[in-house]
Amino acid sequence: MFTGFDLDVIQRSFVYLFRDGMTFTLTLTAIAMAGGIVFGTLLAMMRLSSFRLLAAAAGAYVNLMRSLPLVLVIFWFYFLVPWIGGWLIGASGTVKVGAFLSSAITFTMFEAAYYCEIMRAGIQSIPRGQVAAGQALGLNYWQTMGLVVLPQAFRNMVPVLLTQTIILFQDTSLVYVISVTDFLGAASKVANRDGRLVEMYLFAALVYFIVSFTASQYVRSLQSRIAVIR
Amino acid sequence: MISLNNVSKWYGGFQVLADCSTEVAKGEVVVVCGPSGSGKSTLIKCVNGLEPFQKGEIVVDGIAVGDPRTDLPKLRARVGMVFQHFELFPHMSVLRNLTLAQVKVLGRSEAEARDKGLKLLERVGLTEHRDKYPGNLSGGQQQRVAIARALCMDPIAMLFDEPTSALDPEMINEVLDVMVQLAKEGMTMMVVTHEMGFARKVAHRVIFMDAGRIVEDAQKEEFFGTPRSERAQLFLSKILHH
Amino acid sequence: MKYNWNWGILLDLEPGGSGVYLQYLLVGLGWTLTVALAAWVIALMLGALIGTLRTAPNRWLSRLCTAYVELFRNIPLLVQMFLWYFVLPELLPRALGDWIKQLPPPWGSYVPAVLCLALYTSVRVAEQVRAGIQSLPRGQMMAGTAMGLTLPQTYRYVVLPMTFRIILPPLTSEFLNCIKNSSVALTIGVMELTARARAMQEFSFQVFEAFTAATLIYLATNILVVFAMRVVERKVRVPGYISAGGAPQAGH
Repeated sequence: MFTGFDLDVIQRSFVYLFRDGMTFTLTLTAIAMAGGIVFGTLLAMMRLSSFRLLAAAAGAYVNLMRSLPLVLVIFWFYFLVPWIGGWLIGASGTVKVGAFLSSAITFTMFEAAYYCEIMRAGIQSIPRGQVAAGQALGLNYWQTMGLVVLPQAFRNMVPVLLTQTIILFQDTSLVYVISVTDFLGAASKVANRDGRLVEMYLFAALVYFIVSFTASQYVRSLQSRIAVIR
Repeated sequence: MISLNNVSKWYGGFQVLADCSTEVAKGEVVVVCGPSGSGKSTLIKCVNGLEPFQKGEIVVDGIAVGDPRTDLPKLRARVGMVFQHFELFPHMSVLRNLTLAQVKVLGRSEAEARDKGLKLLERVGLTEHRDKYPGNLSGGQQQRVAIARALCMDPIAMLFDEPTSALDPEMINEVLDVMVQLAKEGMTMMVVTHEMGFARKVAHRVIFMDAGRIVEDAQKEEFFGTPRSERAQLFLSKILHH
Repeated sequence: MKYNWNWGILLDLEPGGSGVYLQYLLVGLGWTLTVALAAWVIALMLGALIGTLRTAPNRWLSRLCTAYVELFRNIPLLVQMFLWYFVLPELLPRALGDWIKQLPPPWGSYVPAVLCLALYTSVRVAEQVRAGIQSLPRGQMMAGTAMGLTLPQTYRYVVLPMTFRIILPPLTSEFLNCIKNSSVALTIGVMELTARARAMQEFSFQVFEAFTAATLIYLATNILVVFAMRVVERKVRVPGYISAGGAPQAGH
């Protein structure tokens, strides 16, 4: 029965929630964003390359990741990574992989598929004349991509990449299904320990809202300032 | 310097170039003209390997462009190209546009590249714009920077693909002046253009193309005086009254 | 400790006795689709309304809808699920709250899951509808009004029919997202496909067989939905109109 708000529970658990929970969430988001964008850009270049096998493989990976629920992918990597780790170091079974590493790998690999599609659109939006100009000066493929195409593609896609990162930030809450203590997990632990589900979950919702909303407002203001003048 | 022998090219089933043969000697300025869709831009893009071709051969300074063993980036570094839409790199300053390929392809030091870049920028009359970005420059200024960018590579020949077609009329002359100066200094040039005034002034030969074929290939005086083909006569009569 | 492959596990009886594992998983698919479809129907109606209202000339109305959209977009789906399942019954008047808590399983989990997913998805549908409406040439509205149609009539007969055709492709991917998002309901006890794959893994220890089966079922469902939507698109296509509407998308 609801006996009235007990805001004290939030105050008492504040440090735990933010020092343990939120740092996990933010670190995971940062790593998955960095890794995801790097791997995603690579996937995009593979998809756009003229080597059919490379393009098909990258396409298959991206389509697979985009067709599956994140919850299922989390379970997949949770069970798969220890086996792959064991195979890599030649052990006969599984290697114990910590919760953080498993989550980091999962989210990097999953989000890379989404970052790939964003970068692919970005690369394709650069006029072919730019590539021709780079080639005419004698730049080879990697130089043309690295010095001419990708810098421009990135600049143009920064708002969309950031929006995807905000979504990633919200998605990290799903590590709950493998009992990892991120911000939501921490809130849940406190809620169940102290019997204060209402306050804790409302507080968690509020925090997520403030972070996401502020970030998306920032992205909106960035959009107008960043376009490369053509 | 540049020789094309029976070059043919198809886009799928459609033939864009049919048996094109011609030569450009060292120091010669050749103008290529013709109606839209005649294949003149495609032809010039085949010379530095930007476009592949299926039949025939193209040799630039002794190097076969169509040979799969040819190091194309190396060849392209020696042949300068100027595009219709300038294609300066918008995310780099003017100076960086000039030094990038010098450093990354020719291996020059940053200082060396800067010096060269500034010298050529002065030659095209744009020294004070060196730290600006292409977006801040007018079309004519961008195209002059593009010419300087190509010249920074110390090319043996220069290819121009309709360099003034995208410019407002008032800016065409500033670009043509640079090109005329270049021709007078003895640069080997192959220029796709509609600017017949330029052709009359500095071209040695004029090539007329129609529907993928070289229809007329004559010395300047002959071309403008008594062109042999009816098609060329028709073309000339339509454009010379501007 | 090597992994023992046993694909035959799919044809073994599951501990609950309801059938073989494959059947068990397919029933899960049934729950996935039931949740997703129920949520989708609500989301479509609500989303169309809100998306339309956001383009309405009345500033207060569009501001209200913008607030609604921002609220549901900035809270993770899982957190919203918890709010519906744990928090809402506590905040409602005593009688209503108690009644909800008394709902027998599976309905006690099913109803909050559907409502949560419906509102979450309605926001995404609203964004697509809004983008679609705004991509129509302004002349369409003007033509409707010039003929004497009222604003609601113009929307009903001119704007919305075209909008929905334009946004069919992005709506298809929103529907697929809805199906994927239904998996989050496992946290509040809905035994849909992913939940059952997890259960199968726990009972049988055949991790990869269980999850591979679930993966293949999701992929097959995906392909079927895309195929079906293509048929629908072809049937409602307006001759000569190349659609380029829909909001540019990040996310999933």
